[in-house]
Amino acid sequence: MRVRVDMNLCQSHGECVFPAPDVFELADDDVLIWKEDVAESRRADVEAAVNACPMMAIRIEG
Amino acid sequence: MHRVVVIGASLAGLRAAQAVRSVGHDGALVVVGDEAHLPYTRPPLSKQLLAGEQTHHDCAFPAVDTLDADWRLGAAATGLDRASKTVTLADGQSLTYDRLIIATGCRARTWPDAPGGVHTLRGIDDALALRAALDAQPQRIAIVGAGFVGCEVAATARKAGVAVTLIDVEAQPLVPLGAELGARCAALHREHGVDLRLGAGVATLRKGGVDLTDGTRVDAEVVLAAVGALPNTEWLAGSGLALDARGGLLCDATLTSVTDDDVLAAGDVVSWPHPLAGGDAVRVEHWTTAAEHGALAGRNALADDASERAGHVAPPYFWSDQYDLKIQAVGFPARGATLTIVDEDGPRLVAEARDAAGRLVGAITFNNAKRLAAYRRQLATEALGAAA
Repeated sequence: MRVRVDMNLCQSHGECVFPAPDVFELADDDVLIWKEDVAESRRADVEAAVNACPMMAIRIEG
Repeated sequence: MHRVVVIGASLAGLRAAQAVRSVGHDGALVVVGDEAHLPYTRPPLSKQLLAGEQTHHDCAFPAVDTLDADWRLGAAATGLDRASKTVTLADGQSLTYDRLIIATGCRARTWPDAPGGVHTLRGIDDALALRAALDAQPQRIAIVGAGFVGCEVAATARKAGVAVTLIDVEAQPLVPLGAELGARCAALHREHGVDLRLGAGVATLRKGGVDLTDGTRVDAEVVLAAVGALPNTEWLAGSGLALDARGGLLCDATLTSVTDDDVLAAGDVVSWPHPLAGGDAVRVEHWTTAAEHGALAGRNALADDASERAGHVAPPYFWSDQYDLKIQAVGFPARGATLTIVDEDGPRLVAEARDAAGRLVGAITFNNAKRLAAYRRQLATEALGAAA
């Protein structure tokens, strides 16, 4: 699956980092960095990250 | 389990309903909301939506339409009879349940005897009304209450070029941040041109302004009362469910009513013992807690036996955006004996709250999300340990 983040919406709350720390990370300047191609086995935690985002900035494609 | 009824169609109720389905409930699922709207996210109401940068559509939660639920919107719950497991609604409907999840949230406190035309801000209809008032380019908005809502609206109004008088009876804005950080926020608002009146008692809210107890008149075409929120639990009077002195619904760690195993709750209404608060019952009005509560209450509601239910131990997290300042906090910083700034670099700041024994109970950052996340991890681990 592919993970998309709308960086116009992202406010660096870091909510996504908790359920899926292997996918999402805050850089030292607080800007979110993330893996776009993520193994299907990680879907449940990435979905949790989607639901945790207060800005509704994260989408899963495929 | 035949029938799950969720009362409340905002974030906590939505996440509860989603969780009920995601753990495999295939029976009836009813979600009741007092507003006519499907669930939407509230944080933008004082910021992006109020500024006109976002619409109602932007605030709507995704995937609501694909959730297999029976939505009963525009009808508040008015009563609960636990003997017959029946909820009555304002429009006369009644609903029976096997498990009930109460997520009725809070409403804005109103100013006593405020005249018509004084705004409050809680729901999207409030926000759109306030936006229309700001769009009319008033000379000034007077905001009573320098808490998070009041300060965020002040920042949004200043960005829109509207003059702001922000009034609070306290000596600082944002009391939960403590005096030192509060003073920095006060300076920030003043730098942005806010006429900040602290230690100022309000005598009267009137249409066209605010009269202070020292006799000062503040004239403003738009008046907002931002004086906190009250839990929507009056409809439970007569249900026999235990409430705390301030109207919170008393629950155990698993968000189950202490009175009734078939009644659970989520979000702002819940008063539950938190391990980071030394097991004291707390009520938390944060977005993230509502989301976490909803998901947990939904799962717990389907446990056949109450002993199989999990506890909510995540440290509370909240944020506030004002101008270019992002305030974030985790844990219970206001419960600390001390709040110490441990790092400061220009607009970035890190403060730790510790109890009398020196144990970390919370942290606050300004413009430093990465550090906040580290404290959040640490407190989450401590909370799990304390709950074990």
